Amino acid sequence: MSTSTDHGRPDPEATSPAANSDGRPVSDRGDTVCVIGAGASGLTAIKNLREHGFGVDCYERETGVGGAWNWRHDRSPVYASTHLISSKPFTQFPDFPMPDSWPDYPHHSQLLSYFERYADHFDLRSHIWFGTEVIRVEPVEGDRWDVTTRSTGGYGPERTARYAAVVIANGHNWSPKLPRYEGLEQFRGEIMHASSYKDPAQLRGKRVLVVGAGNTGCDIAVEAAQQASRCWHSTRRGYWYAPKYVLGRPADQVNDSLLALRVPLRVRQWLYHWTLRLTVGDLTRFGLPKPDHRVYETHPIANSQLVYYVGHGGIGPVPDVARFHPYAVELADGREIDPEVVVFATGYLPRFEFLDASVFGDSAGAGRPTLWLNAFTPGHPTLAVAGLLQPDSGLFTLSHWQTVLFARLLQARRDRPERATAFAQRVRDRAGERYSGPVKDSSRHWFEVGHADYLRAIQRALVELEGK
Amino acid sequence: MRGREWSRPVRPARREVLSAVPELEEGRPPLLFVPGFGHGAWAFAEHWLGHVASRGFPAYAVSLRGHGGSEPAPEATLRAYAHDVVQVAASLPRQAVLVGHGAGALVVAHALARYPARGAVLVAPVFGGWGVLGAALRRNPAGTLPAVFGGPLRLNRGQLFSRELPDEEARRYVGRLGRAGRRAQWALLGEPEAEPAVGAPPVLVLGSPDDRVVPASTLTRVARRYGSAPLLFPGMGHDLMLDARWAEPIDAILDWLEKEPVAH
Repeated sequence: MSTSTDHGRPDPEATSPAANSDGRPVSDRGDTVCVIGAGASGLTAIKNLREHGFGVDCYERETGVGGAWNWRHDRSPVYASTHLISSKPFTQFPDFPMPDSWPDYPHHSQLLSYFERYADHFDLRSHIWFGTEVIRVEPVEGDRWDVTTRSTGGYGPERTARYAAVVIANGHNWSPKLPRYEGLEQFRGEIMHASSYKDPAQLRGKRVLVVGAGNTGCDIAVEAAQQASRCWHSTRRGYWYAPKYVLGRPADQVNDSLLALRVPLRVRQWLYHWTLRLTVGDLTRFGLPKPDHRVYETHPIANSQLVYYVGHGGIGPVPDVARFHPYAVELADGREIDPEVVVFATGYLPRFEFLDASVFGDSAGAGRPTLWLNAFTPGHPTLAVAGLLQPDSGLFTLSHWQTVLFARLLQARRDRPERATAFAQRVRDRAGERYSGPVKDSSRHWFEVGHADYLRAIQRALVELEGK
Repeated sequence: MRGREWSRPVRPARREVLSAVPELEEGRPPLLFVPGFGHGAWAFAEHWLGHVASRGFPAYAVSLRGHGGSEPAPEATLRAYAHDVVQVAASLPRQAVLVGHGAGALVVAHALARYPARGAVLVAPVFGGWGVLGAALRRNPAGTLPAVFGGPLRLNRGQLFSRELPDEEARRYVGRLGRAGRRAQWALLGEPEAEPAVGAPPVLVLGSPDDRVVPASTLTRVARRYGSAPLLFPGMGHDLMLDARWAEPIDAILDWLEKEPVAH
């Protein structure tokens, strides 16, 4: 009854000598799978691969688990007040529920303790190399991968190990996307990206402009309304601000009861508009722009407080920023405002700096990989990306099933190669498929998926892989 | 897709969990005991918990909602019971082995579809069906018939214990029995089979051929479903954890755990 130790840490001395393209030694890790990142998706990848009998080496650049949700990490985007925007049943791993005693929308610190418990419960830490960053991932013959690592920060020698498969779970909410504005360099006020916003004290008593109406932008605008002396909130377009509770239950649970009944999108949109009309009503009377799209066509914003503070005058809605002057900001409608602090809540872009862009069929370098199920790469059957999704629910259930599918695929490669070949063909045919209704075209929605559509697609893929 | 489960989460309930942990942490997997309908965690606290701890395994027992010291829940369903088990299992420091007794074994079978247990043991499993009802009606018509109509299920000592157990103890145990929710009782007759277990845990089935609640044929059927044969303890009643020779089955379970090359 002990945990197996046959897939311990790589030992360069004991393995057969091979050499990579530079002629440096490579330690061959046999059937072991490499997982990059020990955040939520990485952890579930380790757990599911182990459960399917694979050895796993996971490399994590930080010293703890939890990735983006660990506020100690320098790449973590969470701020002091971050709470979940999807309720518990949608957020937890499907086979490791959050405690009943937690609130419907837990705080980020609870989420971190959840991941730590997950890692301990399934004994995952012994498979993770902390403080080790991956600097290169290169395909080699036989669909295998050379992974080169070194200590985080660039200390120590580089080491290369050869793996049977790679799961990339490096997250996509850490590399800030900063829009370009005319005159931004000359602006004398303070400029920060939401990733460096940690605490409302940073805004206290100041005049604050928040740019962007994602969930983060709305949260920061609400905190600015409470703390700052003045708050403007600049948005590109009008949005639908979903309350966190409707009809006496968390809103996403109500939505999912409709999804479970397979209520068509149009009807759901109509019901939604109707519910909003019953409560806050028409938002344009507060000066908020009228949404130029129907609900469910942009990533949902779950924030009950934004509209509340707009109604109290704490937040002044303003249109897009046109240009920056040294002491003022000019808006698209010609008005000028004079904020001291500008917070760009303009989102993040995925980055795979360790991987040649051509692997993902992204030769143009736009940063947008072409994948099937947002996880599988045409031509590279042993590479998977976990968690590269913007679901309209929690992410972790989705990355759980992604990694289960990948583990089953690796099993099939070993036991029933003809099925794995058929799977690879499907990856080639269907790469770039979308799993949501029509959405606004912007990098914000590159990875947007409807969780119901997406999970059904995963389920179909599992059945096709394993069906009789 | 579990849209229905997501949109209607199980209402939380306060749960009683009794435990006995060994003095020395030896890295062994914890055992979580799930009592059958009418029983509470006390049934395991009587003998088994302490014995398991003395052999170096951390031992926990949960009272399903509406049983023992847990919150009353007359309308509880089988799903709510399985939720209780998964909640407690996930709160343990390590991946647990689930041990279900009687109808608790059915609850465990459902919980296995929601939690990748390290292993599972089904003790005298009551998986429902008309055969079990027939046997119960034959042995104890007065106690069983009301349950068919939503009333309490009253088990008598002849069903639960062998003659070896002293009269006084048997009467004490029977006196402590409670009842399950009527919807959960009905689920024994009409519930669809549990979904397959996640994480392919090894499953051990054991029981007694002289059990007056579970016919030996049921034991064989359940064991075959999990690809094994049942381990039999002749001469014992349905409540193997309370009966006079309670030490034999639990020792067999722990021996199995020690030698089973568990998948993880």
